[in-house]
Parts: sequence; C-alpha cells; structure tokens
Amino acid sequence: METTAEKKYTFKDFASNQEVRWCPGCDDYVVLRSMQKALPEMGVKKEDVVFISGIGCSSRFPYYMNTYGMHSIHGRAPGIASGVKLANPNLSVWVITGDGDAMAIGGNHFIHVLRRNIDLNIILFNNEIYGLTKGQFSPTSLVGQKTKSSPYGNTQPPFQPGELAIGAQARFFARIGGNNPKDMTKLFIEAEKFKGTSLIEVLQNCVIFNDGCFKNVTDKNVKADKQIYLEHGKPMIFGKENNKGLILNGLKLEVVTIGENGVTEKDILIHDAKEKDPTLHQMLVRLEYPVATGIIRSVDDVTLEERIDDLTAQVKANSNFRKTNDLFFAGETYEVK
Amino acid sequence: MIPPKINDQPEVLEAVVIRFVGDSGDGMQLTGTQFSDTSAMFGNDIATFPNYPSEIRAPQGSLYGVSGFQVHIGSIEISTPGDNVDLLVAMNPAGLKTNLKAVKPGHTIIVDTDAFTKKNLEKAQYESNPLEDNSLENYRVIEVAMTSLTKEALKGVNGLDNKTITRSKNMFALGMVYWMYDRSKQHTIDFFNKKFKSKPHIIEANTRVLNAGHNFANTLELIPNSYTISPAKMSPGTYRIIMGNTATAWGFLAAAEKSGLELFLGSYPITPATDILHELVKHKHFGVKAFQAEDEIAGIASSIGASFAGDLAITTTSGPGLALKGEALGLAMMVELPLVVVDVQRGGPSTGLPTKTEQSDLLQALYGRNGESPVIVLAASTPENCFDYAYMAAKLTIEHMTPVILLTDGYIANGSAPWKIKSVAEMPEIKNNKVTEVKDNWHPYDREEATLARNWPVPGTEGLEHRIGGLEKDRVTGNVSYVPENHEYMTHIRAEKIKRVQNYIPNIETEFAESGDLLVVGWGGTYGSLHSAVKQMNKEGNTKVGLAHFNYINPLPKNTEEVFNKFKKIIVCELNDGQFAKVLNINFNGFEFIQFNKIQGLPFGKQELIQKFNQLVK
Repeated sequence: METTAEKKYTFKDFASNQEVRWCPGCDDYVVLRSMQKALPEMGVKKEDVVFISGIGCSSRFPYYMNTYGMHSIHGRAPGIASGVKLANPNLSVWVITGDGDAMAIGGNHFIHVLRRNIDLNIILFNNEIYGLTKGQFSPTSLVGQKTKSSPYGNTQPPFQPGELAIGAQARFFARIGGNNPKDMTKLFIEAEKFKGTSLIEVLQNCVIFNDGCFKNVTDKNVKADKQIYLEHGKPMIFGKENNKGLILNGLKLEVVTIGENGVTEKDILIHDAKEKDPTLHQMLVRLEYPVATGIIRSVDDVTLEERIDDLTAQVKANSNFRKTNDLFFAGETYEVK
Repeated sequence: MIPPKINDQPEVLEAVVIRFVGDSGDGMQLTGTQFSDTSAMFGNDIATFPNYPSEIRAPQGSLYGVSGFQVHIGSIEISTPGDNVDLLVAMNPAGLKTNLKAVKPGHTIIVDTDAFTKKNLEKAQYESNPLEDNSLENYRVIEVAMTSLTKEALKGVNGLDNKTITRSKNMFALGMVYWMYDRSKQHTIDFFNKKFKSKPHIIEANTRVLNAGHNFANTLELIPNSYTISPAKMSPGTYRIIMGNTATAWGFLAAAEKSGLELFLGSYPITPATDILHELVKHKHFGVKAFQAEDEIAGIASSIGASFAGDLAITTTSGPGLALKGEALGLAMMVELPLVVVDVQRGGPSTGLPTKTEQSDLLQALYGRNGESPVIVLAASTPENCFDYAYMAAKLTIEHMTPVILLTDGYIANGSAPWKIKSVAEMPEIKNNKVTEVKDNWHPYDREEATLARNWPVPGTEGLEHRIGGLEKDRVTGNVSYVPENHEYMTHIRAEKIKRVQNYIPNIETEFAESGDLLVVGWGGTYGSLHSAVKQMNKEGNTKVGLAHFNYINPLPKNTEEVFNKFKKIIVCELNDGQFAKVLNINFNGFEFIQFNKIQGLPFGKQELIQKFNQLVK
C-alpha cells in the first residue's frame, strides 16, 4: 500500500535533534542506528513513517527518530498503532516495545494484534528485566533470577516471546542479537517488505540491571557456535566450522555434526520459513542450543486492511447510501403537516 | 374485580401509558416497539422505555426474568414514558406480580389466562391465583386465553413448530390493543412482510394472530378506560422514531460528513452502549471504520491512533469501560488530539445494574484520571437530542483539540421518541486545525489564539514530522520538558483551553419561569421527567417554578450563576447521590443547593418530583 519515495535519504535524515539518553553501552543504540540505516533502504517516504511506543527504556525510541511518532502509555502501543494504520493504510507503522510492555501489561494487545495480521512492524526489545523502574523481574526473566523484586530468585516461569507470538498466529517472526547491527538492519528491511504483522525480537543486553544476560549466545567468540542464523531455503547449519546442523529425531530437533556417525549435509533440515504449519517454527523458537536467529517464520496471509477494504468495497457496491441524508430519510418516516 | 368496560364511553385523556410485560423471550420489546411506531405514525407524540433483565433468557416464568416495554402516547407533548400505567398487558403471573404496583387503580389489565398455571404461579411466588382470589378487585381485568386462541388461529398453517406458534401470542395481544386504541394494523403487517420476506408461512402466521387478536377485541367490544384520539401538535416536517443510541451514532455520521473527516470507532461491547457500535458497523458505505477491539483500552487506544492519523475518532462505552479507558483518555488530553468518548451510563458501582439507568458517572467523567486532566463534558437529555450532542461533541473536539466525554444513559439510549429529521446541511460548520504546509518556525504545539487549540499535523504530511507523547511538553517546541515552571504553565494552558469553550457554547435558558421561588436544576437524561413535572406545576398555577436543565457540564455555561441568582431556592435533581450538586457547590459560592436524589436504577416519576417541589414552594 505504501508509496515509494523518490528521494534518496541517508541515515542522518532519520535522526531527530533530541539528545539520546540511554545508558552508555546499551544495545538500544544499536537498534536505533540499525533502524536509521535501514529506513533509507526501504523506499518509504520519511513523512509516511510512524513510530508508536509504549513505556519503558526502549519506548523513548520515537523521540530520537525524525519521523512521526508517539510515545504512548504502558502496553498500549499495538492498539494505537492499529488505529494509525487502519486510519491511513499508506503509512509505514512501527511499534517499539519491551518484554514488560508487550508481554506483561500489554499482553492482551500483543496477542490480538498478531492474530489480526495488520501490516505493522513490531520491534520487541527483550532484556529479560524491567529497566526503567530499576530492575524488577519481567515476564521473560528466568526462574531463579535475582532481581529487586525477587531477591531470593524469581519463581515465575518465563514466556518465550516467539512461542507466544506464533501461538497467537504471528505470520512473521525474526530474532536477532542486540550486538548484530548488520543482520538487524537486513531484518528491519525484510520486516517492512512483509505484508502483515512482523515481529522482531532483539536479544538486548541491559548493561545496568541484567548485564550479560545473553552473552552466552551473542558474544562474538561464542556466537557462531551458540546461534544458528536461519535463512529460508538454506540448510540449518551452524558452528565456527560450519559442521553442525539440525535434524529431526522423532518429534525433537537434534544437533548433529556433519561427518560424524555417517551424517552428511543432505541429512540436515532445510529451513522453510514459509511453511504455514507452525510446528517446526515453534521447535526452533524454543531451542536453547543453538538459539535460532534470523527469520524463523514468514508466512504470507491476507492482512486485516485487505479484508476490510474488500468488505467495504462490497458494501459500497451494494448500497445506495452515499450521503447521510440517504440514511436519515430512508425507511419508516412520516410527515407532520 | 371490576368487569371489563364494554360498550361504554371511554375517558378521553391527553395521554395514556401502556405497558407490555412477559418473559424475556415473549417478544415484549417487539410488541411495544410496534405499538409505539404505529402511534407515532398516527401523529401521536410518544416516549418509550424498555425495561429488561440482564439475563438473555432468564428461566421462564421467573420474577427476575420479566421483560417490559412501556409506551406513553399523547395528543400533547410527551416528554417521559410516564409514571403510572393505564393499561397493563401481562403475558404471565410473574409479569403481573412485578408490575401491578404501577397500574392506576380502576384501570385495565389484560392477562393470558393460559399462562396462569400452577407451575407459573409458583414460579411467580403467588400463594393463590390472583385471578381467583379477589386480589385484583380494584382493577378491570380482561381474561383472555391467548395461547389457546393463538393455537386455534394457526390451525391449518403449515410449517410451524409448537414453539413458533406459542411465541406469536404477543401478536394476539398487540392486535387487541390496536383495536382498543383504534390503531391501524397496517404498519405491523408491512413490518412482517419486510422482516420475514423469505418465510411466507411466518408472515401468514403473524398476520393471522394479529387479526385474531383484533377481531377478538372487536367481538367483545372491549374498550379501554382511557383513550386518546387526536394527533399531537408537532412542528411540521419529516419525522422518524429514533432510539437514543441510534441518534448518537447518526450524530457522529453527520459530523463526519460535515467536517469532511473519516469516522473511526474503536470500541468494545458493553451494555447499554453496544447499540452504537451495532449501528456504526453497518455504515461502511459512508466509509465508517468501526473496529471492535480486544478490550476497552484497545478500543480507546486505536481511536487515539486514528485521531493522530487524522480521522474523527470516537470510542463508546459505559461506566466500567470509562474506568478502564481513564489512562488513555489522559494521554489524549496530554497530546491534545480530538477524541470523543461516549459513556452510556448505567447503574453502578462495579458491575452494578447493567440494564438499569443512573447518572453516577458524572464525577468519573470530570475527574476520573491521574493528574490535572480536564476534558470537555457534555450530556444529552432526550433520545432525539443524542443526535445534536454527539454532533456538538465532535465539533468541539475537532475545533478545540481536546477530548470530549459525551454522557448519555440507559434510559435515553434505549428509549425512543419522534425525531424531526435534521439534514447535514442545516448543522453548524465544523472547522479543523489540520496543517498542510510547512511554515518557518512551525511547532506541533503552536496554538490558535482564541481557543488555545493546538494545530493538527497529520502523518503523511511532508515536513511536519514530529513526536508527541504522554511526557510533559515544552510550551514552545513540544519536546519533552521537565522544567518546573513549564509544567505549571502547560497545566494552566490545558485548563484554560477547556474554560474558553464557554465562549462557544450557548447560555443556559430557564423554562417556565425566568425568576421566582424555585429553580429546578437537572442535567442529562432526567430532562423529560423534570420538564413534565415543572410543566404540570405551572399549569396548576405554580408559575414561579423554573427549570434549568444542563447539557454542557464542563465548562458550565457562562450565565449559570446569573440564572441561579434569580431564584429563591434551588433544587438539584439527579439519579445519583448528588454529584452535580457537588460540582455546583465547588463552582458557586453562597447558594444552598437542595438535593433530590434517586438511586434505584429507575427514572424519576413525575408525581414524586411534584410532591417534593410542592414542599419547597409552600
């Protein structure tokens, strides 16, 4: 629906004049820069871009973008963004949210926006902690995690965002480490291209309250061995030596080494992000080793706007009502003389 | 028992009140609606009041499952559905038991004797059959075996099951009442033909039963105690019967057309507001975007988003929903975007009395948000003027760039009345503050001098990219600001903006007396009751009693204090525990605001008002 920009922008065009106030070393800077780099590549006009955020550290994001934006209230960004998009489907609408914002206070809106498949892009900054309120456990904090509100260890089992999202019928789900601007930029562009709700989970380190929460997965020296970067149509191979792969053993994914026990590359699963059946995608998002990144699911489907447009066109075609007077004076009226 | 009046002269009255009662599945709402529509087309003024339980199909025959529909028809101006009943049609013992108190002694009750079985009498907690124990001796009771007569009338009509046959007995009752009040059956027959177009046997069945009831009354020559023949004197024009909720929905349709904006409704179902959603979803042909959200909060949130994107955005709810929307409404006020919140009030607190009426959300509407967060508050006062106040709510929110809460209530929302149809052409202009071109030194919080309304830059407009949000804004740039003096300044600006709306709303005008002994003060949906009570007092010679009924609650009309000064006593009548009286006490010093409050889920009765007012003018 969006019209293409004739202008060629640079990342500077998307930076606002506001001083960025996140903690030094926060992954949020990486997301901001990746977004500012990705936008000029998307071919959308700057005035057609809208960022809607909720509450939390990451939700300051819109203030730093030189686009339209609203820093709204806790958990409600999906609702506001849905209204923006339904009012003007020509806009490129982005939701900026965190683990608490999306899955605790805004959990209801989060699942319903995914179910409806409005053409929005949602960036979920997951740092497994509440940052802005200074360090309480969140719905993605691990059991046993010691936080300000769980000094003896967290007793509430976490959500896996991808599992929740795909359970709520997310058509597009991607995951990326917060220290990987190169792939993050690519994923943002892919999310914008995708027609329907796209959800990107950023594994975002909080340097103050949950430092190192993803270091076993995202650190440069372990990344290749602990992550698998999935690409549609390519074999699920990872590892420093590119010799590890995933196979399906019964109803479970299993890590194997190519060249050992007679395993060859042919035995390795090929990633099909476009498969409608979510079973394998669910296994992939739940996988603890390796952690799946990249586009895990990308299934084309009709968007809510398309359904509404079709229905509206049908109703208009079958109705004689053009102006309110046609309605007000129709049916059972009577004259008083 | 007084025998039914037969072949005698009825008492000619200016107005009569008829109430149909039965099980919630008996079709009483339909019966009542048919009778009132027919009467309106005959030229009577009407007012109706449906009264139904919150259970969809409560156990048959139970006292709490009784559903009723009251209609007041007259050859004079009718402003309420009436207090006491001239004719009660009771389809079962439970309906009789729960409504008998309302019937004027000496007046008529029609009962379906077939429903007075041992089982039904037990369910209605009757120890003996009221038709046999003389307990109805002060009434004229017309006993009709309606169920058997309906079955008889339908012999030979193919394709009807037992349930359908029994359920059409309401048309027998309607046929009888049509005969008694000399009303044409044609409107109802036309209704059958339209509604059951594809089911000719249902059309035939209903028409037959309606005729059977009509003929039955004819044969018995039944006549009512009281009778009204002549049409009311109403100003010439094209009319239709409209329900309050429909009028509200149509007011927004008209405002969207007039303003040239697209209408967006984000809503979540809640009694008694849902009919507005039901109405607006139908109108995709006008480009209406109606979005049923996952909850009340998403309803208002989506509307705020649509407003940011340039639509005329509204959200509809009732008291509990307004509580849930409070935080988001504060955001709308803070970002200074247009938004109308309709609160169709019902009995509270908590879940309260969902299907009954009350005016107890006033203070919530005025103050129910965190921080200093004033909004415009309006209240419609009749089913038909819901149209005008919905329109005004839209006009004010667009022109003043601040949210408006429109209060209606279950009584006027579900009630219906004749509406002299208004065309969009005759409605006042609506200007919007949208900016389309970039000027030097432009800021999103630049304000119009007279109203203080900020401008409305809409996404998609080149050069006006900006960020808004719930954090406090710098008074000039609109950027986030924690400067102490700026916060105080902005707080005052937002309050002043609401206050200046006074310059754009009409003065309050008193009815019946401009000065005198007693000023009756009301607001919102109690207008009909207060108007008819004060009118009657004036007619009876109490010419020093006036009525000031408020539709503009925040801000109040400029001349309010001036009007209060012209009366010796002021009584504030509300269906709550005195909320408007509190507001008046805060705003106006030196007055004694006497209170008359009713919190029973029911509207005021004319007689109880007159009794109270008479005590004060003695």
